[in-house]
Amino acid sequence: MKAVVYVRPRSGVLDPQGQAVASALKHLDFPEVIEARQGKTIELVLEDGDVETAKERVTQMCEQLLANTVIEDYQVKIEP
Amino acid sequence: MKAAVIVFPGSNCDRDALCALRDYATCDVSRVWHRDTDLPRVDLVFIPGGFSYGDYLRSGAVAARSPIMSAIKAHATRGGLVAGICNGFQILTETRMLPGALMRNAGLKFVCKSIDLNVENTQTPFTRAYKGNSSTSIPIAHHDGNFFADKQTLERLEGEGQVVFRYGHNPNGSSRDIAGIINKKGNVFGMMPHPERAVDPLTGKTGGLAFFESLAGAFQ
Repeated sequence: MKAVVYVRPRSGVLDPQGQAVASALKHLDFPEVIEARQGKTIELVLEDGDVETAKERVTQMCEQLLANTVIEDYQVKIEP
Repeated sequence: MKAAVIVFPGSNCDRDALCALRDYATCDVSRVWHRDTDLPRVDLVFIPGGFSYGDYLRSGAVAARSPIMSAIKAHATRGGLVAGICNGFQILTETRMLPGALMRNAGLKFVCKSIDLNVENTQTPFTRAYKGNSSTSIPIAHHDGNFFADKQTLERLEGEGQVVFRYGHNPNGSSRDIAGIINKKGNVFGMMPHPERAVDPLTGKTGGLAFFESLAGAFQ
């Protein structure tokens, strides 16, 4: 099975990369863009097993390594 | 005093650190590979600058989970000194041995130049050779030096005298111009500027000399 982890800057944390992306989109004539936040996606291929257990384990991975919760939020999606 | 410089794949200031510790802090220095699990008996662990693991995931994130880190944490718990410079500072925040995080520079550029620093606390083993209320000049060379911590943590750092160095002119967007901090116990220290690059008049200014002289005095 597959797990997808989305990591992004926590709200309230300045995201200069997202700001640069939003500014570039405006220059490309997309004035409707109000804000961009840039994060990352980490795809994990896991041994098949129980979805709930997998979610719990991947959450531990986020807490221990994949995200720095001082500045980042994360979201885990399991794709059986 | 005995010191260990930790070497990760991608460290590039380990030799400068070793020379500065040997020549200006009169340390007996050894280098320790990050895969080791035991530290030699030392008074100071020095985590040098560089780009450990190519800054993959986040600067310092992978190095912070290296096998040697448990021994470094135990050393700090026993009251041993730990100094992290640049990537070393990033690693110390990633292990949560120091609060906050080092984010991408606000200007999104790698900044490499000498900058003015104010020494905010001269009562630490790392800064006691600086004169009170003094300023100094030390080079920075980083892409991720933008210190971030929540308001409560910043207030605590300020209140407890844990802000050790502040930028004269903020080069990277750091909260409250913070360039270097120390833990509450006063034995774990991190800063973005590179004192080991400012010790010998042959290669420029000597604003980092007092950092190493402080360490030389720490165990006398």
